[in-house]
Amino acid sequence: MAEGQIVAGLLAPHPPHLVYAENPPQNEPNSEGGWEQLRWGYERLRKSLEDVDYDCIVILSPHWQTYVGTHFLGLERFESLSVDPIFPNLFRFKYDVTVDVELSKAIHDQAKDDGLAVKMMENQDFRIDYGTITSCHMIRPEWDKPIVSISSNRGHAYYSVEVMQEMMIQLGKATRKAILESGKKCVIVASNSLSHRHFTTESEVPEDMSVEHISSHAMHLWDMRMIELMRSGKSQQIVNEMPEFVEQAIAESDGGALTWMLSALDMPDEPAILHGYGTIIGTGNAIMEWPSRNWRENS
Amino acid sequence: MTAQPVKSLVVPAHPHPLLAPEKNEGWGKIREAYDNAREIIEQTDADVLVIYSTLWPSIIGHQIQAHPNPEWVLVDADFHDLGSIPYQFRVDTELAEAWHKANQNRGLESRKVAYDGFPIDVGSVVACKLLNPDNRLPVVICSSNVYANRAETTVLAKSCLDAINQLGRKAVAVSIMSLSNRMFTAPIQPHEDRIHSAKDDEWNLKILEFLGAGRLEDVAQLSRTIHHQIRVQKVVAFKPMWWLSSMNQHRNDLTGEVLGYEPIHGAGAAVVVLDPTSSGQGDKEYDEDSVETFAGDRDVLDEGKDSNLVEIKEQPIHSQHPELWEPTDTNTSVNSQEAPKPVGAYPHARREGNVLYLSGVGPRQPGTSQIPGGAIKDENGKAVDYDIKAQTRAVVSNIEKILNEAGASLENVVDVTTFLIDMDRDFKGYNEVWAETLGAYGPTRTTIAIKALPTPIAVEMKVVARFGDDE
Repeated sequence: MAEGQIVAGLLAPHPPHLVYAENPPQNEPNSEGGWEQLRWGYERLRKSLEDVDYDCIVILSPHWQTYVGTHFLGLERFESLSVDPIFPNLFRFKYDVTVDVELSKAIHDQAKDDGLAVKMMENQDFRIDYGTITSCHMIRPEWDKPIVSISSNRGHAYYSVEVMQEMMIQLGKATRKAILESGKKCVIVASNSLSHRHFTTESEVPEDMSVEHISSHAMHLWDMRMIELMRSGKSQQIVNEMPEFVEQAIAESDGGALTWMLSALDMPDEPAILHGYGTIIGTGNAIMEWPSRNWRENS
Repeated sequence: MTAQPVKSLVVPAHPHPLLAPEKNEGWGKIREAYDNAREIIEQTDADVLVIYSTLWPSIIGHQIQAHPNPEWVLVDADFHDLGSIPYQFRVDTELAEAWHKANQNRGLESRKVAYDGFPIDVGSVVACKLLNPDNRLPVVICSSNVYANRAETTVLAKSCLDAINQLGRKAVAVSIMSLSNRMFTAPIQPHEDRIHSAKDDEWNLKILEFLGAGRLEDVAQLSRTIHHQIRVQKVVAFKPMWWLSSMNQHRNDLTGEVLGYEPIHGAGAAVVVLDPTSSGQGDKEYDEDSVETFAGDRDVLDEGKDSNLVEIKEQPIHSQHPELWEPTDTNTSVNSQEAPKPVGAYPHARREGNVLYLSGVGPRQPGTSQIPGGAIKDENGKAVDYDIKAQTRAVVSNIEKILNEAGASLENVVDVTTFLIDMDRDFKGYNEVWAETLGAYGPTRTTIAIKALPTPIAVEMKVVARFGDDE
C-alpha cells in the first residue's frame, strides 16, 4: 500500500453567514448575498483544489466542544438538520454527511496509543456541529468526500493555551501518522476564525455590508500579523505567539484547530496561500491554504 | 406588588441523573433530589417554568425560545454514550413574547427563536424532563449571553418579572448550572466519580451554606470570586446567580433548602429550592447596585467614536444634593429602608384612615443617591443628557417600595401628580413608562411643568393611595 498523504492544510472559518449568503438548496433561509470577499476567497480555494486528487476531509471544529478528551465521529452516515443555536435566523441546513470511519478510528487509536484521552462517537442520533458543516460545505459543496470530524477538547479552558497546544501538537502528530499509514490522501482543515470579538447587535438585514467591519483596530493588527506569519511560513512562531494571540484577540484558535493542523503538517516552513480575508459580525476570518502536495518533501 | 417566583431552583446540567441514575449512587441521589424538587413544584400553584440556562450561549443579545412545541432527539456532545434524549415541550409563547418586549423596553438586545429543530441545550432538556416530565407546565427558556455582565443580567431578570407581572403568571425560576464546573478531562468509571478537588468541594459547600440560609444575593455578589476560584472559563461565567437573585428582588432572606449535592464527572451538582417566605434575616454583606435599565455597550474598544446609545451616568452627585434627613417618624408615618432618604423633615408617607399620602417621590437610589438615567446637570451645574424613561421607572420603583412598606401596592394608587422640569423634552418618554407601569392600574393623573426640583432630577410624583376597609 502506498503511503498516505496530506495534500493540503486549510484554515477554513465557519461563520454560518457564508452558507447563508451562498443560498444553497440545503439551507432554508434566503439572503441577498453578502461577505463576498470571503465567499470569493472560498471560490479561489475550491479552484485551487479542483484538480487535486484526495479521498477525505479531516476537520477539527471548535463547535463540537468536548470536555472529556477528544472525540471522533464513528458511524458511516449522518443525515439531519443543523440549526445554529446563535444564528438560527441564518442557518437551518439539511445535511447528509458520510464519514470515513476507518480513518477516524485509525486516528483515534493512534492518539490513544500516544497517551491522549479519546472517544469514538457512535450514537446515530448525534447532531453534527454547524462549524464542521459550514467549513465542509464551503470547501466542497458537492459533499462527495467523506469526512473525519474531530471535536475540540477545550484544553485551553481547563488548563491553558500552552497545555492545549501540547495536546493539539500531539494530536496533530497522531493524525499525520495515521493518515500516512492509511494510504489515503487527505485535506486537513482547521475550522476557525482569527480574532473573535463579535458585535452584539445584528442589522435588520444581516447581509447589510455597510455595517460590517472588524470589531477594533487591535483585532485587525493581530489578524494581519497572524496572516503574515502564515504567508511567510513561520508556523512555529504562530504556535509561540498563540497564548498572546488568544488572550488579546479572543482568538477562536483557542479551540486548538490551528495548532493541530500545523502540527499535522509537521510545522511547515513553507508559505501558506491567502485566498481571502474578511470580517463577519466583527470577527476576523482568513481562508488560507498550505499546498503541501507541492512541497519537495511533501506530506 | 412586584411578582417574585413562587419557587426558585438551582439544578445541574449534565444528563447523568436522567440517563444513568443507577450507575452511580451520587447520580441517583441527584435524581432523587430532582424528583423532590418536582414534587415541591407540584404543590405550588405555579403555571410556568422560566429557565435561564448557561448551556445555551448567545452573542446577539438574549434569545428566548418561542416555538410552541419544540421537539427533537438530543445527544450530549460529551456523554453521547449514555444514550439519546427524545423531548417534546410546551412553551408559553405569550410569556416569551412579553419577556422579549420587556427586554427591549429595558434597553436589552433581544430576539425570539421559533425554529423547527432548534438545538435546545442539554441542561434545559434534562431539567424539563425531570422537573416537568408530563409537560404539565409550559416553559420559557432564555439564553446566557456570553458578553453580558452583571448589570445586563440583572436587567434581564427584571424584564422577566415585568412580563410575569403583566400576564399575572406564577412562575418557578430555574437556573441551570453546575457549582464548580471542573470535570475530569478523561473518561472515568462511574464508581470513580468525586468532586474534582478539595478546593472545589469547599467552595461548593460554602455556596450551599449561603443558599441553604436563603442568602441568594450574597452568592450573586460573590459570583465573580466564585467564578475565578472554582470555575473553568468555558463560555459563560457564574451568571445564573445574578439572574436568579434579581428575579428575587436581590433578597437575602429567602428560605432555602439544599435537596442534594453530589459530583457528576467531577463537577459540583446541586439541587436547591428557594422559597420567597422570609427567613427573617435579610442583612446584606455586599452592596452592588440593582440596575434598572441596560445602557448598551460602551464602545470601550472604540474610544471617541460616536454612539447613539444613552449613557447611564453614575457619577457621585452628593455635591448637588441638599442634606439628607432621616424620615420623620410619628405614629401614622410610613417609612421604608428601601426608599431614598428625604431632603427635609417629612416622612415617606402618612396613613390617614385607609388613605395613604406619599411625599413627592423622585428617582434617587437609596444609599448611593445615584440617579438611574443620569442627573440633569454635572457638578459644575452644566446641563447634561439624561434618560427620562430610566428616571421615571426608578420613580415608580421607589413609589412601589413605599407602598409595599404600608402593605399596599401599585394597584392601590388612586391619584398621581407628576412634576416634570422639561415638558417638551420628557413628556413622551415619561408617558410611555407611565403606560407600562402605573397607567396599567388606572389612577387619575395630572402632569405639571415646573422650573426645578430640589435634587438634579427631571421627574417627581406625588401619590395618593387607598386600601383596605374604612376604619
